[in-house]
Amino acid sequence: MSISQPFRLVGGGRIDRRRRVDFRFNGLRFEGYRGDTLASALLANGVRTVGRSIKYHRPRGFVGSGAEEPNGIFTVRHTGVEGSTIPHAPGTVVELVEGLEAHAVNGWPSLRFDFAGGLQWLGGMLSAGFYYKTFMWPRAAWHWYEWAIRRMAGNGRAPDGPDPDRYDKRNAFCDVLVVGGGPAGLAASLAAARAGARVILADDQPELGGSLLGARRQLGGKPAFAWVANCAAALADEPEVTVLSRTTAFGFYDHGFVAALERCTDHLPPPRRRGPRERVWRIRARRVVLAAGATERPLVFENNDRPGIMLAGAAAAYVNRYGVAPGRRAVVFTNNDSAWRAALDLVEAKIEVAAIVDVRPEPGGALAARAEAAGIPVLAGHAVVDTQGRNALRRVRAARLDGSGARNLDCDLLAVSGGWNPNLHLHAQSGGRPRFDETRGCFLPGPPVQAETGAGACRGTFRLDACVREGAQAGREAALAAGFRDVGVISAPSTDEEGTTDPDPAWAVHSRRPRPRRAFVDFQNDATAADLALAVREGFESIEHIKRYTLLGFGTDQGKTGNVNGMALAAGALGRSPAQVGTTTFRPPYTPVTFGAAAGLATGELHDPLRVTPMHEWHEAQGAVFEPVGQWLRPWYFPKPGEEMRAAVARECLAAREGVGLFDASTLGKIDLQGPDAAVFLDRIYTNDWSSLAIGRCRYGLMLGEDGMVMDDGVTARLGEHHYLMTTTTGGAAHVLGWLERWRQTEWPELRVRFTSVTDQWATIGVAGPRSRDLVASLCEEIDLGPESFRFMEFREGVFAGVPCRIFRISFTGELSFEINVPADYGRYAWDRIVERTEEFSITPYGTETMHVLRAEKGFIVVGQETDGSVTPVDLGMEWILSKKKDFIGRRSLARSDCRRPDRRRLVGLAAADPNEVLPEGAQLVDEPFTFLPVPMVGYVTSSYWSPNLGRSIALALVAGGRDRSRVFAALEDGRFVPVDVVSPVFLDPRGERQRG
Amino acid sequence: MLLIECPWCGPRDESEFSYGGEAHIVRPPEPDRLTDEEWADYLFMRKNPRGRHLEQWCHAHGCRQWFNAERDTVTSEIVRIYRVE
Ligand SMILES: [Zn+2]
Repeated sequence: MSISQPFRLVGGGRIDRRRRVDFRFNGLRFEGYRGDTLASALLANGVRTVGRSIKYHRPRGFVGSGAEEPNGIFTVRHTGVEGSTIPHAPGTVVELVEGLEAHAVNGWPSLRFDFAGGLQWLGGMLSAGFYYKTFMWPRAAWHWYEWAIRRMAGNGRAPDGPDPDRYDKRNAFCDVLVVGGGPAGLAASLAAARAGARVILADDQPELGGSLLGARRQLGGKPAFAWVANCAAALADEPEVTVLSRTTAFGFYDHGFVAALERCTDHLPPPRRRGPRERVWRIRARRVVLAAGATERPLVFENNDRPGIMLAGAAAAYVNRYGVAPGRRAVVFTNNDSAWRAALDLVEAKIEVAAIVDVRPEPGGALAARAEAAGIPVLAGHAVVDTQGRNALRRVRAARLDGSGARNLDCDLLAVSGGWNPNLHLHAQSGGRPRFDETRGCFLPGPPVQAETGAGACRGTFRLDACVREGAQAGREAALAAGFRDVGVISAPSTDEEGTTDPDPAWAVHSRRPRPRRAFVDFQNDATAADLALAVREGFESIEHIKRYTLLGFGTDQGKTGNVNGMALAAGALGRSPAQVGTTTFRPPYTPVTFGAAAGLATGELHDPLRVTPMHEWHEAQGAVFEPVGQWLRPWYFPKPGEEMRAAVARECLAAREGVGLFDASTLGKIDLQGPDAAVFLDRIYTNDWSSLAIGRCRYGLMLGEDGMVMDDGVTARLGEHHYLMTTTTGGAAHVLGWLERWRQTEWPELRVRFTSVTDQWATIGVAGPRSRDLVASLCEEIDLGPESFRFMEFREGVFAGVPCRIFRISFTGELSFEINVPADYGRYAWDRIVERTEEFSITPYGTETMHVLRAEKGFIVVGQETDGSVTPVDLGMEWILSKKKDFIGRRSLARSDCRRPDRRRLVGLAAADPNEVLPEGAQLVDEPFTFLPVPMVGYVTSSYWSPNLGRSIALALVAGGRDRSRVFAALEDGRFVPVDVVSPVFLDPRGERQRG
Repeated sequence: MLLIECPWCGPRDESEFSYGGEAHIVRPPEPDRLTDEEWADYLFMRKNPRGRHLEQWCHAHGCRQWFNAERDTVTSEIVRIYRVE
């Protein structure tokens, strides 16, 4: 034994003793070996207390040796690696690497002297529901309570900075997915592979072998590990097999879709890390073989949580897999035979076993003789009823089940086994319903719902040779079901199997006292047997409610060790069987998945596609401030050096009404409609009449949902006999296209019309203002732009600045304006030709904010701003656009009684009594501010701006009864109510003379 | 995530599709002849069966074609896929 690792066994284990690894725990230096986990290395160094429990702050040590670990949770970093922090890692799955720094998650301010350790003497005060009941008063103090509770409860420290690591996702397909690389999974993979199936084997450990990694077993007369090595070599030779190690299948979704998390680099020293840190595999499998193994469950007894009390299988794993003695003198406490093998493994490793305490009157079966030969004293029909030891276990007290014959046994390790729970998570997630098996004392998978089979321990089969046989059969059948040849019965090696893992099915709380208070069920959440009993006494019956009240299974370990005990004890308190009470829901993920892995590469710039117009670089060069609109990035305003937003927008607004405003409208959705029935189709989709529209003319159209509510709007032009170009709102383009397709395909397949999105094919340049005609004329000689020959709401095709163009004389500003469409690749070129004439025509580029102000001055709505899915055209004062001659989508709904209520909210203009008061958008409107609460709300502000052209503030609003009201009050955030006049929504040029000029 | 067999493109992940709700709801040819209740029935009322359900799907991020599927709402099994006629 090396001095630095006093609990390291002389030999054995699957660690590499030539490779020492330095690491730190809570600031102290330790040493372990390559192949260790953080847990095995700490135990090798005699570190037994690794945290404090969340509620009572009791010292805790490792309970398990894998993903089930409830206590040993750490914040893990690596020396010299900035920002890379794992806030909540079980030490039992963290592989030891050089430079690893671990900190106990629980135990502020220190493990030895825990500030709140005294809480445990408060006894029954902190029972189930304590937080709910106690910290609700006074309410104002809750924020302090919460801070203190969270501080004391610990939990991992979230990293401060952005995650420096990269994460990846990968889609994969296979004929047979095998989950778990233990004896059943290996046999299944080989059988399926030999049939020719494409196989993925996902296993969460660094090397294959599963439970055999931690057990000393024989298969076919040889150490089982020789069989594992043969299987691994055979799988490596199969070209259609992919073995994913360090890969946890964490979710089983519909139609054979399984998500798995591969940990790619955490096990490597930082300098050797390449590629993504973690990768999510999205696997679509035709058949799934679940060989996920089983998890041992503890026994429930008084003070069953001291450091040094661990699962018997975990104790054996520390000895066999890591060459670590989890203690020097052990007691084994069990209700089944599996722990007897653990006891024999301990003896083999020269660890003294003071006694096997077994609740069964005649325990041990065939193993009893071997235990006797090994000189292990056996206390049959006994239970451990209490333990002692301040910071770690020193002594246990055992007694007969009737309480007699009590005796103390000195020990520093208590290895417990309450039986084994098949890992049913994936089966249950796939839709299966676990059922309780009284004989085996555990839940077993129910009938499969998807193309899924269980094999081995996760199906309740615990004999090693039976696991291998069952796995081979499952692999054979899966390949056959996936359409591959039958490889026939596969011979499986026999084993040294002795004894049974079926536990004594009695669910008991072992204690000297009638009402033990410190018999823990869920270690991570400090839920005790007494809490469960209390929950039942207080009237809870559903296991889902009991779970929420006691926090059973709510930790990061998701109750892998505690849930079944808790359900069985709750069932006992309710006077029912576990079968009647059932399990709580098994939700993905099986083990925690980092946010980084969930996001994958879709972060930062790759989070969402970013769309920019052909003129984007020009906008950037001009110093434009951008705003996102859907996926588009649009210029918001173009500030001059040192200019504030309000001044810039005012300058842009005035310029567009006095000279020429230049606007990039390329983001508007554009849909090309062609076919002889296009006009008929438009008549049904839009509220107004389209059959009468002449070629070369445009019309504004409003689209409703079938419920009569405004959905989208835009101008559509008739380009030819059977050819239309529809524009949509920037954000609505994709939805509108889907809407058109849906009606044509599902309702009117007889209509001959087709749709193509051409949004990205055209750049759209808007020029507005009194001098816009002169500007366009200077660049477009062949089109006669005269007011009589090219009238408002018409369009022309031709050549603009030497490139093909479509020019629409339409206006969203209320000014004389033109929208010049050129093929997108010419967009920047055409834009530059206009910009060259800036001085000649006093051109000012403007952004979306000015566009909003200009249209609001005219009372033009913006769908999604003046509308919210509950606004009809009548509400907007747009009765004029509703055709009375035809049916259209949504028309009938406008006649429903609710749509005809006189007190519906209607679009109005608002003029604050103080013209300098710009109301906040969204502000609520009331009739009478100083009245009894609650004050009825009569409407709200939808758009609000400072109008430079009017020299005052303006707003649009939806107000009940519309202009029946003449004055309302706007409620401001600062508590003021300001008087506001209700006016026409058209503030400027109500007769529309400017745009028709 | 469902695996949906587009009649034109073949099996694809659910994320490529959009869901259209209950299939075979025919728009009334003469809405004006319907009472408010009858219109509301067309507009709002949908079957919500436990079991087999006929529903519309669109291969939105593929061929943009709508089609019908018969799906078991309990098991998510897609029993049948058929074109809109
Ligand atoms: Zn398709």
